[in-house]
Amino acid sequence: MSNKRDCDRIFALLSEYLDAEAAPGDCEEIERHIAGCKPCVEFLESLKKSVRLSRAFQTQEPPPPMSDDVRASLREAYRKSLQSRSEHKT
Amino acid sequence: MGAAVTTDSELARKLIEGADGAFENFVDVYYAKLFRYSYTMCSQREDAEEVAQDTLLRVFESLNQLREPDHLKSWVFRIAKNACLMKRRKSVFAPKTEISLDELKPKRVGDDGGMRIEIADWSALPEDLALDAEMRRQLQRAVHELPDSYKSVFLLRDIEELSTGEAADVLGVTTDVVKTRLHRARLALRKSLDEYMRESRA
Repeated sequence: MSNKRDCDRIFALLSEYLDAEAAPGDCEEIERHIAGCKPCVEFLESLKKSVRLSRAFQTQEPPPPMSDDVRASLREAYRKSLQSRSEHKT
Repeated sequence: MGAAVTTDSELARKLIEGADGAFENFVDVYYAKLFRYSYTMCSQREDAEEVAQDTLLRVFESLNQLREPDHLKSWVFRIAKNACLMKRRKSVFAPKTEISLDELKPKRVGDDGGMRIEIADWSALPEDLALDAEMRRQLQRAVHELPDSYKSVFLLRDIEELSTGEAADVLGVTTDVVKTRLHRARLALRKSLDEYMRESRA
């Protein structure tokens, strides 16, 4: 059923397919191909799981605590920005 | 209402209005996001801390320029991306590298009749997918080894959950380039995990 050229074409489109961003024509083609190609199904499943793992991984690293001085300078910049915004309005 | 702020555009609107708690909420949410992005891009905790704080300062200083609250996320990350580039320029010269799709294809065994691919048994991974410490290190290495332009797309799309259009806007490239780089980055990470799984279960 499946041949290498089809598999190669599908292979390049798998992320778009997973993200529901593949063009309708491509989407149909991928689904038709996958229905008859076990290796592509297997590969797609591994990619799906890998994406889920990567997403979980990156959320681990917490930032160092922000010092009071830095927070105060941010608050001051914010205050000035709000002030100039309200002055522009009036 | 009464519920915690959920979306980025809501957060931006409250920030612009000067609503109670908007400053703290924004700083807490975005400091963590910006640190995570810059740490992965710059690889140094100190640099990442500086980039995250400088970005927040730039954001507050130029809050007047934010016309569309819906664009908050891409606006903030564009500032962070440029800050990371400046840091890298100061420290190391990063060559532009591309990832080839062919290198990421699994090996095929057999002919059309009984063809299979040589990959690990991913179906054996539990659905709740917890990462063990060694696997986490493997993934960390793989992310670290991605060329910058791919790493950045991966972080913006899969970690910070920007849309394809937003990521394209941050990076100044087309949506097609974002899609291509994201796919290759994901394939490279998948390959690295696949190799780890095959080695550890051999």
